[in-house]
Amino acid sequence: MVKSNMHKAALFFLPLWIAVYFSLNKIIDFLIFDLLGLAKGTHFADAAWFFFFEVPKVLLLLTLIVFVVGIIRSYFSPERTRRMLGGKKLFAGNVLASLLGVVTPFCSCSAIPLFLGFVESGIPLGVTFSFLIAAPMINEIALVLLFGLFGWKTALIYMSTGLIIAMLSGYIIGLLKLEKYVEPWVYEVKAGRLETAEENPSFSDRISYGIDAVKEIVSKVWIYIVIGIAVGAGIHGYVPENFMASLMGKDAWWSVPIAVLIGVPMYSNAAGIIPVVQALLEKGASLGTVLAFMMSVIGLSLPETIILKKVLKLQLILIFVGIVAAGIIIVGYIFNLIY
Amino acid sequence: MIIKILGMGCAKCNKLEEKVKEVAKVNGIEAEFIKVNDMQEIMKYGIMMTPGLVINEKVKSYGVIPKEEQILQWLKEC
Repeated sequence: MVKSNMHKAALFFLPLWIAVYFSLNKIIDFLIFDLLGLAKGTHFADAAWFFFFEVPKVLLLLTLIVFVVGIIRSYFSPERTRRMLGGKKLFAGNVLASLLGVVTPFCSCSAIPLFLGFVESGIPLGVTFSFLIAAPMINEIALVLLFGLFGWKTALIYMSTGLIIAMLSGYIIGLLKLEKYVEPWVYEVKAGRLETAEENPSFSDRISYGIDAVKEIVSKVWIYIVIGIAVGAGIHGYVPENFMASLMGKDAWWSVPIAVLIGVPMYSNAAGIIPVVQALLEKGASLGTVLAFMMSVIGLSLPETIILKKVLKLQLILIFVGIVAAGIIIVGYIFNLIY
Repeated sequence: MIIKILGMGCAKCNKLEEKVKEVAKVNGIEAEFIKVNDMQEIMKYGIMMTPGLVINEKVKSYGVIPKEEQILQWLKEC
């Protein structure tokens, strides 16, 4: 009973969502200029408008996308992904693994069991790495925020470059034959077989998964989004344009590797980093440099590499970080050239 | 009844343990709790996502924190 009510509510929310999202502009105009009576064109009104418009907009987008992604993910599980990757050769395997990395539910705390499960079932090391690179790097929250703040083109660019880096990095790791740098005990692991029957949830179960995903993720990240946008609003109204141009602009060729060097040890969730990205871009930093910074923060993180130390020798970790960082740097340069 | 929580100490693992203990306590169900941190041991259960919940050597869930009603049902079945 409770369940079916929830689904009706979900159906009811969709038109409401559309109505609010597409008239948000007018609602906020009314609120800021008519109700509060702020004068158009002042720094304060600009910043306030930005804040009160972006927060609900991003939260609305986040809710919808997380819901849809939650439903999509219910069709994928690590077990199914592993089965699909079994017997795949290099390259074809890398392409598939990167794509599956985007849709398979993944949390970096599960990186080890997943790695062991893949390797134990005979999936090549390079293919496993494509998955492990794509999964954190292409993040649905980052995708939503890029889409909401910069439009679908930037979101698409982020996703496709992330995929290419994951495919190629995994492919190269595969070619280098680095199995000797995996801790020997990994190959001795005998994984048991799961006895639980393959679940085949109904569509209404999948809707519940989507709702659960929204509850879990939105309750966790909303505060970062509000803080991030508040910072963004402050910068939007008060920091001069082109402030970042000389530091992170196109002409500063060294800015891309520096951005990656700073980004790799930094760890932030996607929701926290995007408003920073927005502020940097607005003040004259170039897209390639900012993209490189963002990808290195989200895709390569110190905690995750420390977790991987349990199964990989230092050499392989360094090679892995090196190849991915190089890929990110190349993408950064390419974007600085194009845009 | 022996309840095992499989996981290497992630936030979700601790949450799962708390939740199962709470459900058992509220419903007056006696159980022995064992935390399994060792990766090789965890892999024997065939899961690729943590935390895993194992009741009397049967994997009940992995990668998620199940709902209370679901946990209660499992506890009652055993």
